[in-house]
Amino acid sequence: MSFEQILFYVFSSFLVLSAGAVVTLRNPVHSALALVLAFFNSAALWMMLEAEFLAITLVLVYVGAVMVLFLFVVMMLDINIARMREGFAQLLPIGIVVAVLMFGVMYQVYNGDRFAPGDMPVPTPHAADYENTRELGLQLYTTYVFPFELAAVVLLLAIVAAIALTLRRREGTKYQAPEKQVVTRREDRVRLVKVPSEARK
Amino acid sequence: MIELLQSLLQWLPESLQVLAIILIKIVVILAPLLVAVAYLTYAERKIIGYMQIRIGPNRVGFFGHSLWGLGQPIADAVKLMFKEIVIPSGADKFLFIVAPMLSMGPALAAWAVIPFGDELILADVNASLLYVLALTSLGVYGVIIAGWASNSKYAFLGAMRSAAQIVSYEIAMGFALVGVLMAAGSINLGEIVQAQSGGFWTWFMVPLAPLFVIYFISGVAETNRAPFDVAEGESEIVAGFHVEYSGITFAVFFLAEYANMILVAMLTALMFMGGWLSPFQGLPVVGDTFLAAPSLIWLLAKASIFLFLFLWFRATFPRYRYDQIMRLGWKVFIPLTIVWLMVVGAVIMAGGIGPWLH
Repeated sequence: MSFEQILFYVFSSFLVLSAGAVVTLRNPVHSALALVLAFFNSAALWMMLEAEFLAITLVLVYVGAVMVLFLFVVMMLDINIARMREGFAQLLPIGIVVAVLMFGVMYQVYNGDRFAPGDMPVPTPHAADYENTRELGLQLYTTYVFPFELAAVVLLLAIVAAIALTLRRREGTKYQAPEKQVVTRREDRVRLVKVPSEARK
Repeated sequence: MIELLQSLLQWLPESLQVLAIILIKIVVILAPLLVAVAYLTYAERKIIGYMQIRIGPNRVGFFGHSLWGLGQPIADAVKLMFKEIVIPSGADKFLFIVAPMLSMGPALAAWAVIPFGDELILADVNASLLYVLALTSLGVYGVIIAGWASNSKYAFLGAMRSAAQIVSYEIAMGFALVGVLMAAGSINLGEIVQAQSGGFWTWFMVPLAPLFVIYFISGVAETNRAPFDVAEGESEIVAGFHVEYSGITFAVFFLAEYANMILVAMLTALMFMGGWLSPFQGLPVVGDTFLAAPSLIWLLAKASIFLFLFLWFRATFPRYRYDQIMRLGWKVFIPLTIVWLMVVGAVIMAGGIGPWLH
């Protein structure tokens, strides 16, 4: 077994174990952390396929930002584990149906004419000066520039929609306007009042 | 140097020789780094001391001589190592112990791709800028896990503040780096330094001046240093995320924070100040002397300037209020970087940025 194969089996076994831990661990925070480990291992697998840009972006975006916010929310919520387990027996049949369906779909995909293991050629290793990031950029900004821009617009729409849905203006809230504070002059705030002195009565 | 090592390691099998050389290189990078971390704490106490007209630590020395207190960091390290690690009741024991390691790991792993010279680098990977960005974004896990696992409200509040702050400033930081890689045409740190050669006016701190300032300030915010240290905020939440930590676990958090400071200083020097290039390069008289030669000393000197700035900020500025931190990150830095990215794009379209617009 070559060194790369050993690495592959190490990373993929960690990936499977941590993915299993995501659904089996009782504490939701532990589950979220197991998901982080799963992302990390799949990034390592991508790295082994010479997809360095995707691998690092997976770590940067999902591990570095998305999962942090996930953890943030999971830690803040007071999740009652006993109540979550209540409906287990009731929901079990539905769960089994979903699992069987998903298994069937995946079985179909992997035995179809596109994704069967035999149809996937072993990727040829590139020379040391091959830059995955550069190649990806060239493809994205030349051949696929319109789909890429379209995806960007859809994402922008999602951002604007999320902000618009959660933004509410309340009456009577006080907030600072630093730009106004900065331009304030002495004359705006201080008024010198000349009070004539009076004789004591 | 490498040849000498190889000849010394002849007795090992071929594959182990490679491993041994890599391990030796790692030690050569990390050992000075840890010494630098130790003496950065000493420098911090001394410099802030002098800024506040105090003397700072001046008692612990070596062999009976006080030597301006130079033995202080070693005494501190020994003291922290032998103190008891107190695990609070109701804490998540496993995560409580793992959290300091999770903040230390990325802080050290990022050094794998930092170039110290044209050839002086542990791993010359293509996407080293992305790698550094990804690893620095992982440091936040140590903080939030520490805050949650401590089973303490103060620690948890500190962790939540830190998580929101780091995620916000990462965006501005990432945009600033996009400007650098656009100007350099590469995401390899070595090539970014090479793209700046020519003299101090071709360093990216000149054409990318706003991004330079934004990157460094975001770096201060990312490392949770004053004036952005609301995660620690001793006046409100005692010590924030590491309030329950003691002994070596506390020391590891400190090590990670200072290693991250040195990393940010080093990256700023590499990406905006020409790295190991000499400031005298291309000048009329000194341009031909030894002063104009690129050297590791220039890199360390430039990084030291930024480290001094870190300490200076801490001695000078009062702590930001939380909403003002968020305003600065989201409403000031991100729009500024986006505007400057457009400027950079336009200048590149016009064929500029080498020595600016020609």
